[in-house]
Amino acid sequence: MGNKQTIFTAQQLDAYQDCTYFTRKEILRLFYRYRDLAPQLVPLDYTNHPDVKLPYELIGSMPELKDNPFRQRIAEVFSEDGEGNMTLDDFLDMFSVLSEMAPRDLKAYYAFKIYDFNNDDFICKSDLEKTLNKLTRNELTEDEVRMVCEKVIDEADLDNDGRLSLEDFQHMIVRAPDFLSTFHIRI
Amino acid sequence: MDNDAVFYTDRSGRITSNPLLDQLPSYQSLLYRRKSSVSGTKRRSSSRGRTGSSSSGKWGMSSFTRPLDKPKSQIEQQDIRELAKPMAEKRRDKTQRLEEARELSSWRQWRQSSHRYLKRLRDDAQEWMSSMKLWRGDIHLIEGMFGTGILSYFSFLRFLVVLNLIIFLIKFSFVMLPIIIAPYASGNITYNLNDAGVCTVYPSSSRLGLVIFHEHITDLLSGGGFLEQTYLFYGYYKADKIHFPNITYNLALAYLLSTIAYLFLSLIWIVKRSARGFKRNLVQDEDRFQSFCNKIFAGWDFCITNVNAARLKRSSLLYELKTDLEEERIKQKIADRTRKEKCRIYFLRLILNLFVIGVLAGCFYSIYIATIFSQEAQMTKIKVNFIVDLIYEYLPSIVITVANFITPLLFSIIINYEDYSPAFEIRFTLMRCVFMRLTSIGVLLFSLWSQITKCEEEPCICGYNHVLYSCWETRVGQEMYKLTIFDFITIVAVTIFVEFPRKLIVKNCDCGLAKWWGQQEFAIPQNVLEIVYGQTICWIGTFYCPMLPAICTIKYFFIFYIKKVSLINNCRPATRPFRASSSNFFFLVVLLIGLALACLPVTVSVAQINCSHACGPFVNYNTTWEVLPATVSQLPSGAQKLLFALSSEAFAVSFFVVTCLAMFYVIALAGAHKRVINQLREQLAMEGRDKRFLIQKLCQAQSLSTSRSPVSRPQPRSGSRSSPSYHTSFSSNFNEGVFLAHSPPDSSTHV
Repeated sequence: MGNKQTIFTAQQLDAYQDCTYFTRKEILRLFYRYRDLAPQLVPLDYTNHPDVKLPYELIGSMPELKDNPFRQRIAEVFSEDGEGNMTLDDFLDMFSVLSEMAPRDLKAYYAFKIYDFNNDDFICKSDLEKTLNKLTRNELTEDEVRMVCEKVIDEADLDNDGRLSLEDFQHMIVRAPDFLSTFHIRI
Repeated sequence: MDNDAVFYTDRSGRITSNPLLDQLPSYQSLLYRRKSSVSGTKRRSSSRGRTGSSSSGKWGMSSFTRPLDKPKSQIEQQDIRELAKPMAEKRRDKTQRLEEARELSSWRQWRQSSHRYLKRLRDDAQEWMSSMKLWRGDIHLIEGMFGTGILSYFSFLRFLVVLNLIIFLIKFSFVMLPIIIAPYASGNITYNLNDAGVCTVYPSSSRLGLVIFHEHITDLLSGGGFLEQTYLFYGYYKADKIHFPNITYNLALAYLLSTIAYLFLSLIWIVKRSARGFKRNLVQDEDRFQSFCNKIFAGWDFCITNVNAARLKRSSLLYELKTDLEEERIKQKIADRTRKEKCRIYFLRLILNLFVIGVLAGCFYSIYIATIFSQEAQMTKIKVNFIVDLIYEYLPSIVITVANFITPLLFSIIINYEDYSPAFEIRFTLMRCVFMRLTSIGVLLFSLWSQITKCEEEPCICGYNHVLYSCWETRVGQEMYKLTIFDFITIVAVTIFVEFPRKLIVKNCDCGLAKWWGQQEFAIPQNVLEIVYGQTICWIGTFYCPMLPAICTIKYFFIFYIKKVSLINNCRPATRPFRASSSNFFFLVVLLIGLALACLPVTVSVAQINCSHACGPFVNYNTTWEVLPATVSQLPSGAQKLLFALSSEAFAVSFFVVTCLAMFYVIALAGAHKRVINQLREQLAMEGRDKRFLIQKLCQAQSLSTSRSPVSRPQPRSGSRSSPSYHTSFSSNFNEGVFLAHSPPDSSTHV
């Protein structure tokens, strides 16, 4: 296609284009963003699949993420090792899901994992309390936190088990029109 | 054995495995999709072995269908990038699919590759189109600093710029262009003034002799003088038909049809844009249903990249949550109201509404008086002073602006006494302000028309007052032009003389005034009303002043930059946050109201009022509408019959009846869907309870059988991080204590 980039092979770029919602240009741009976080760690040649992982501290200091109260959970969910240390694949995956073009179901799935702090595949009351406290920086009273969590479970829990399963969450997201526009990072 | 022992958890609070529960189909689908951590790929391949399906992991709302059951259809396979798997998995899937594709017939292969190529092309085209979008970088910046609520205002502004440009292009290409190119394309303009009577006298209004400089400025600001006889106004289009060598171009018909076309185009475009938001609002009604969930899970704007914006977003979310809790309390209070209190409240509301109506009537009357005074002052042509002349010219605009400034303040004070719920208060005040703003234009036009059709001897000879208004459409066009200019000047002046000093005062001065006034908030509703008001004027005025859309395009273009600069430098986001989804819908609803209110005067003037005989393309007709019947009567008889049939009463009535039937059907359908949704919800809950009951029984039976046999099956201990949990339901009388039991009892069903 008339390009002269030597970072990826043509197949690699092709695979990335198929597996994410980005175009070639955007993938290369994202690669340079990734590299800018740690130029000495990230090689300029990815054709032989180097195994490079950037520690969470670097990812969490990106301008797009540094003010996000859920940045640690986002990094944990998308990283392979679950600790927040991301390879380029994880990085691209993360921003692909968070881009404008990703469908709602895909975003809802990952949102569910982000809000599930204890990784038990359910959003229980303690997960909700943690979410709420991260959102408001602990400025609500205990009573108010309790009331809000109760109301959330009331509203979204379909199968009456006192916590939100993935299906409850997805059903609720279908009816939350803001979700697509807020669960979106522009990069 | 305790029935519920199977639900006990291990130390970390997670429910330990049970081979029976692991085999539940719903758990299988969850496990398959889940991205696990330590033993990621190994675990997945083992689970894949268990489920027995390979690469057709379907994603969708049908979460209870097993991957096993889905037949693998190559053509309709899900997009790889929509699968919720890590990148390495997706790449493996892709290579697998490529290998499978090689085994297909060449026809299928070609189809697949062409699919992929088209998809790639479409993605690239979309990206190119979005890079061409106006102000992309600026809007990105605003989104990062202030979030998606204010972003929707700016993208609304961008929409209006494009809309106005298109309207101008329509008017230009169908009305102005033929006249401009007529001399060059050897076109012959016919313009019959059929009677040389008194109605056709059109005194020139251009200034003679030496013109003082400030008179040019007066002319520019009021649309009179040298501007009157230009393409700017209706009166200059002195052409009925243009005879080109091959065809005859009926300019009068084109003028009328282009008016109808741009109104129709605006309607379609706005409705299309609002369809998405409307569907959501109508069907889901989430405000009552899900407000807390929406705030917690979709409340944080992931686009925010600014520390201040993050802090403000947090405080606005906090405010929203507190307001919602407060609203719950108020609902409770309202429900507890006694009869006596209700009577008092209703009586109070009646009085206050009457007061509001009185205020509105007073404002409208003052606009009427101001218009009449202004018209008479212009007619008498006594020039007092440059400034006073301008004030007389702009008197209606000034009165409208002052009224629109005072009434929102008044309304927001009054609403406090009416004791509604907070959400309703906001909406009701907004509706009152919208009504006030848009109706004031109507009142202005009405008073203009009453002047135009008021003659000394009734009834008027020419159908209008030809002495004072020899070309009344141009006069109306001038008033619309003045309104637009004044609106623009007001916005600029308020920004420069109110917002910037306010910021300087609040930042530097530490007095009580500064603290009370506070920093400027970007009040989205008021700003939206401002630009909808301007757009309504544009829609009405385009008929009389064909270049008004171009002026409005330029005006909105500058307003974008002014508002952006003011926003970034002076404002903080509103403490009462405006949600993106409902705000888009709100903007477009207000715009639609403006469009409806704009169609009304245009319709009345086209159909009812006699057009002036001294200027404009419609001199040979009594009313503007007459062009259409005249043209239809010249069509071939087949087309004539068809058009007459379409406009007959029989057709109209039957069309109306059919539309009503369709509407009732759709409403009934929506109601039925809602009922079905409720029933399914209850059924889901019931199924969950059934499942739990059955599992309990099964485990009982299991434990009985294993207690009889001496060998107890060893249960595989799962890895620490990736210990699976099962997905089943519990009835609500199950309390939390069960999940937190630390020491698992001694039973063979779990480890």
